[in-house]
Amino acid sequence: MRDCGSVQVRNLWVDLEEFHLCQIDLDVAAGEFFVVLGPTGAGKTVLLETIAGLHQPCKGCILLDGRDVTNVPPERRGIGFVYQDYMLFPHLSVAGNIAFGLKLRRMDRNAIEECVTGISHLLAIDHLLHRRPGTLSGGEQQRVALARALVVEPQLLLLDEPLSALDPGMREGLQRELARLHRELSTTTVHVTHDFEEAVALGDRIAVVNEGRVVQVGSPEEIFRKPDSEFVARFVGVRNIFRGEVRPGDDGYQVLSLDPSADGSTGSPQGSGQHGVEIAVVTGLSGQVHGSIRPEEIVIAREPLHSSARNSFQGRIVNVTDRGTVVYVTVRVPPDFTCVITRRSLEEMELREGLEVYIAFKASAVHVF
Amino acid sequence: MRALFANRMCTLFVLLGSLLILFIAWPLLRTVTSSSPAVLWQTLLDEEVRDSIGLTFYASLVATGIAFVCGVPLAYLLARADFPGKWLVEGIIDVPIVVPHSAAGIALLMVLGRRTLLGQAFGLFGVKFVSAAPGIVAAMLFVSLSFLVNAAREGFEAVDPRLERVARTLGASPWRAFWRVSFPLAWRSILSGMILMWARGLSEFGAVVILAYHPMVAPVLLYERFESFGLRYSRPVATLMILICLATFAALRLTAHSSPPRSGGFSDN
Repeated sequence: MRDCGSVQVRNLWVDLEEFHLCQIDLDVAAGEFFVVLGPTGAGKTVLLETIAGLHQPCKGCILLDGRDVTNVPPERRGIGFVYQDYMLFPHLSVAGNIAFGLKLRRMDRNAIEECVTGISHLLAIDHLLHRRPGTLSGGEQQRVALARALVVEPQLLLLDEPLSALDPGMREGLQRELARLHRELSTTTVHVTHDFEEAVALGDRIAVVNEGRVVQVGSPEEIFRKPDSEFVARFVGVRNIFRGEVRPGDDGYQVLSLDPSADGSTGSPQGSGQHGVEIAVVTGLSGQVHGSIRPEEIVIAREPLHSSARNSFQGRIVNVTDRGTVVYVTVRVPPDFTCVITRRSLEEMELREGLEVYIAFKASAVHVF
Repeated sequence: MRALFANRMCTLFVLLGSLLILFIAWPLLRTVTSSSPAVLWQTLLDEEVRDSIGLTFYASLVATGIAFVCGVPLAYLLARADFPGKWLVEGIIDVPIVVPHSAAGIALLMVLGRRTLLGQAFGLFGVKFVSAAPGIVAAMLFVSLSFLVNAAREGFEAVDPRLERVARTLGASPWRAFWRVSFPLAWRSILSGMILMWARGLSEFGAVVILAYHPMVAPVLLYERFESFGLRYSRPVATLMILICLATFAALRLTAHSSPPRSGGFSDN
């Protein structure tokens, strides 16, 4: 069992020519799989490289297992790093790559051979040991990069978008590999990605970053169901975002009056609506707020619905987008609500553009922030 | 082959290009075939000629060695670091190429001559520059170091800095990351630069002749024989020089290009 470390990042500010990090505060528990999620250019790689010691922060500190490593050079931090495009040493064989870190520690040849064989067996690359990196596929290179980082038993593993350069088929397989490795080795891992689904699949907790700042931290559930801001909601794929005003309603619920002229993200012009639609919600907030509803929380029907859902509206289908296994149906009430249904449902209900339908969703399904 | 004459434009280009190729090949061929093997052998036996060729090779080698020790670190810095005045440093490295070589020789004389500070300092260790081998080395170093530095810099620029960063995270100090990653990956370019610099040093005349006419390197010997005795006497030396240089140069290029691929396994590096 290797000893894995907790990581604390305190008030980190990094200033590089093109990238900046502002006031980053993170807490990663020992053995946790922590995901840093954000759009490209948000500074995720810089954050990772700074934790590894490859950049000097202008302010703040980094603690590994309680030990302040801010001024410790990268070679003494015990951190493994895997870049998005693997960065295998082209002048060495696969075995040479994996053994690189071990050779630096002046281990004897047999010990090195044993470690390399062990890790390559774990990652199912034993048949590749004598090959050159240039002859390997993306997935194979990624495993070699992982093996190279893990064989030196780091306290912390940093993964910089390790799956982004792979094609979708390989990505899923390697995603499962990463989960399995984490289960078996329990190395504290910080994994950076722009893919929300990947974050949800792998992460114990997620930190969303944007433009060099941490915007929200929480479990995948929390981020998914309760995004803190419009940016987070948009980023994690919430399609129905509205702006409006909350006031107390009767029978214990609050009423969210959607702004008539600005329809949040769905952007359809409201035309001459004087009043926006009113939605029953459950919230402690009041005044000007955002509201979001996940597409899967909205039910569509051809007939008016009689259900426990507090919100039901009539509308017209304005868009049907086929995404293979699921279909996104946009219904203009107004405003536009995007729901997701299976293909089968689409066919059974014979839904198509222009049709008048009814939608319904519970008050508790509306996330107000 | 067909592609060369595919259309009128290509045919014209072939003609124009051939003029230049002939311009190089014809004189060399004529010179090389002008003396019989017997005469060439005699020339080779001439001690003065042998000493001269040996001195030329050796001095250029030393100059290349010095350029390697100081130039490779410089090239690495230029490839990796950004600093104010970097453009100036890069310019200075390229200046020896554009300056007339005899002028370069005068410039070196100004700081390495007998009465100068450096000249006297080195003199304490018994090193003399004027009319001595160290002067030849200095002249060769001055005019051809840009070849090595620029080639090395390009070699380092082609190495992704992230490879060095990964090496650091695996436990390598900056030194070891350099020796085990950056240098091996840039080696081909560095070697190319070294060969080029060495070959360029062999043919140096202008700067050498000012600083150290004696002892005579091969180009200077050739010149003296030509001035004193004419074409017939100097021709065999020219032929010899051309043949030896071509042969060595070709051999080195072949070695540089056909390094055997490294074997796999744990015995790497």
